[in-house]
Amino acid sequence: MTRFYFDHNATTPVSPEVFQAMAPLMTTVFGNASSIHQFGQEARGELDRARRSVAAMLGAKAEEIVFTGGGTEADNMAIFGAGGHVITTTIEHPAVLQAAQQLPEVTFVKVDRQGLVDPQAVRAAIRPDTKLISVMHVNNELGVIQPLREIAEIAHDAGVLFHSDGVQAMGKLPVNAGELGVDLYSISAHKIYGPKGMGALYIRKGTELRPLLYGGPHERKMRAGTENVPGAAGFGRAAEWVIAESRAEAARLSVLRDRLEQRILTRVTGAHVNGSAAPRVGNTSNIRFDGIDSEPLLIGLDLKGFAVSSGSACSSGATEPSHVLAAIGLTREQARSSVRFSLGRSNTEAQVDALIDAVVEVVSRLRKLAPAYV
Amino acid sequence: MSEHTIAVAMSGGVDSSVVAGMLNRAGERVIGMTMQLWNQKRLPDIASDNATGRCCSLDDVYDARHVAQLLGIPYYVVNFEDRFEAQVVKPFIDEYLAGRTPIPCTLCNNFIKFDQFLEMAEGIGAREIATGHYARIDWNGDSRRWEMRRSVDRSKDQTYFLCGLKQDQLARTRFPLGAMEKTQVRELARELGIPTAAKPDSQEICFVPNGDYAGFIDSYFKEQGIAPTETQGEIVTADGKVVGEHAGVHHFTVGQRRGLGIAAAEPLYVIATEPASKRVVIGRNDDLLRASMHVREVNWISIAAPSAPLRAEVKIRNKHAAAAATLLPAAADGTRIEVRFDEPQRAVTPGQGAVFYSGDLVLGGGWIE
Repeated sequence: MTRFYFDHNATTPVSPEVFQAMAPLMTTVFGNASSIHQFGQEARGELDRARRSVAAMLGAKAEEIVFTGGGTEADNMAIFGAGGHVITTTIEHPAVLQAAQQLPEVTFVKVDRQGLVDPQAVRAAIRPDTKLISVMHVNNELGVIQPLREIAEIAHDAGVLFHSDGVQAMGKLPVNAGELGVDLYSISAHKIYGPKGMGALYIRKGTELRPLLYGGPHERKMRAGTENVPGAAGFGRAAEWVIAESRAEAARLSVLRDRLEQRILTRVTGAHVNGSAAPRVGNTSNIRFDGIDSEPLLIGLDLKGFAVSSGSACSSGATEPSHVLAAIGLTREQARSSVRFSLGRSNTEAQVDALIDAVVEVVSRLRKLAPAYV
Repeated sequence: MSEHTIAVAMSGGVDSSVVAGMLNRAGERVIGMTMQLWNQKRLPDIASDNATGRCCSLDDVYDARHVAQLLGIPYYVVNFEDRFEAQVVKPFIDEYLAGRTPIPCTLCNNFIKFDQFLEMAEGIGAREIATGHYARIDWNGDSRRWEMRRSVDRSKDQTYFLCGLKQDQLARTRFPLGAMEKTQVRELARELGIPTAAKPDSQEICFVPNGDYAGFIDSYFKEQGIAPTETQGEIVTADGKVVGEHAGVHHFTVGQRRGLGIAAAEPLYVIATEPASKRVVIGRNDDLLRASMHVREVNWISIAAPSAPLRAEVKIRNKHAAAAATLLPAAADGTRIEVRFDEPQRAVTPGQGAVFYSGDLVLGGGWIE
């Protein structure tokens, strides 16, 4: 059975060019980037080059990029590194949400029914001891884009650091750290056709931050641990693709996404796009099907060869309704009837049309079954 | 997927693993599914890593997934926790508090495995389900009914818990182990390379650690904010004499001897629990004998509802050796039956199932009033 992948917000395949860039760094160019000898120097050269590419993707300087073991680590560095009271939102990725819940002083700002954060609500939450505001750039489940510039201004007016989790923004919209006004910005390689276990935190020059890991003096003493040179090289190559081609790719996906949404809304009664009235990235669509449990819909689609996702299903099968969908005011049932489609490089118009047919078929089969699922 | 796709309910244990392996080897299109029914960490007072008789642990999911990977079949975990709590756990507790002794396995079969799971299977495109239950299902062309028979391995027979299955459920269900001995199943598990071949059989009620029902109910009450003192009361003899006190009616079941804390010349047993007065009635062994009982909500499986008296063997609990009896319809539609035993039976327990057999054939069953 041919399988089609519509879950690019979960992860993406390593692209051939990224794979090629990484391969020699696991075999021939294997040195420790911190070593003085030539093996080390070769590795250091690759690491520096990768750092310049990743920095260029963000419109930043190379020395503002700290490589991490993924987006979660970058988020944790930001949340735990500032000290004091932290303001964040109810729709953050668990990497921010769960980290923030460990803090003694934290305020969670609510979002509206479209999933948008009101900058004035952020301003109202600022206290004298507030050290950090963290608001994600693009929501992973809805694709909704937050008004970062306005929030950045509010943060800086109050002398507070501003962090944004930009993991889902990279490659989907142009990102310039300076223009956004962020002090800290988390990114991840595997969402942009790079390797898993590789991320970075942009730290604007002059920003004071405590490291998360202690050990050797790697990454300017901001992240101890032997540098992951193959991972960094893959990340760097992925960043070069983002710089050169992601704008055109995002435009292509946006057309496909709109086709998917329009045709599903036309052909399936009781279908609604969550967050549709907010500005969104062009590859993500979160659709709610009245009276349908997303669990059999997702499995039914998978068995037909279409990979999609529902909220935050975990390996144990615990399907607590998505905290993001709850935060935008959906009932438990509505949240449980929502499915996320996220498009990427592998998807074609023919695949989208086949997906639409499969959704129509599985939804109608599920609706014929009575009584409704709990 | 094709019409012939079969969804196998995989618990991570040997039996359901073998079912998946057998069907897969036979060339069927098989999907493995594990039902997440209860969060074992939910009641911290009784949660323990070494508790026996548990279901739905991450270890079980790991085992089931491992088997599915070895077989190369699609595998999914589906979450039925809400429905399980509403349809199995809460009625289980309500029954205890009402002075009856419930069997959640039957409720789970009726409302979860052969209802929600069957529906889920159909929803994802599988027309049939298969489970590791020990029972047999056959089509009888003469009576135009699906018949249920006890398993070939009589020591493993689970028909007592399957007496609520309806014809349309039986039509879409396969029990491949019903024709096998347990030793054969374990051999086949080894032959199929199933890593859980030596895993012990699950025991007791899956969501109750160590078979401690009263402890489970107390913990659940605590979580729900219900004071446990509400069910405390007196222990009395049949003639109403107060002989002691108890911590709650749900600690007692008919026929129970231990835990009464009352010294007497001859062994004393629980004869009845009376939730209205919160009293536990005790008496002698002979006081437990009953010559007849009524059975409600009877589901007829292998035969249509009888309109005339019928001879049968009746099981009043899972480990009971079925006793000869006459069944007398007590409702026109056959859903209520009076059972008259040839010999009086000990500890006829309200809330337990009563299942009617004719030899291996499962005629039907219901709930003891």
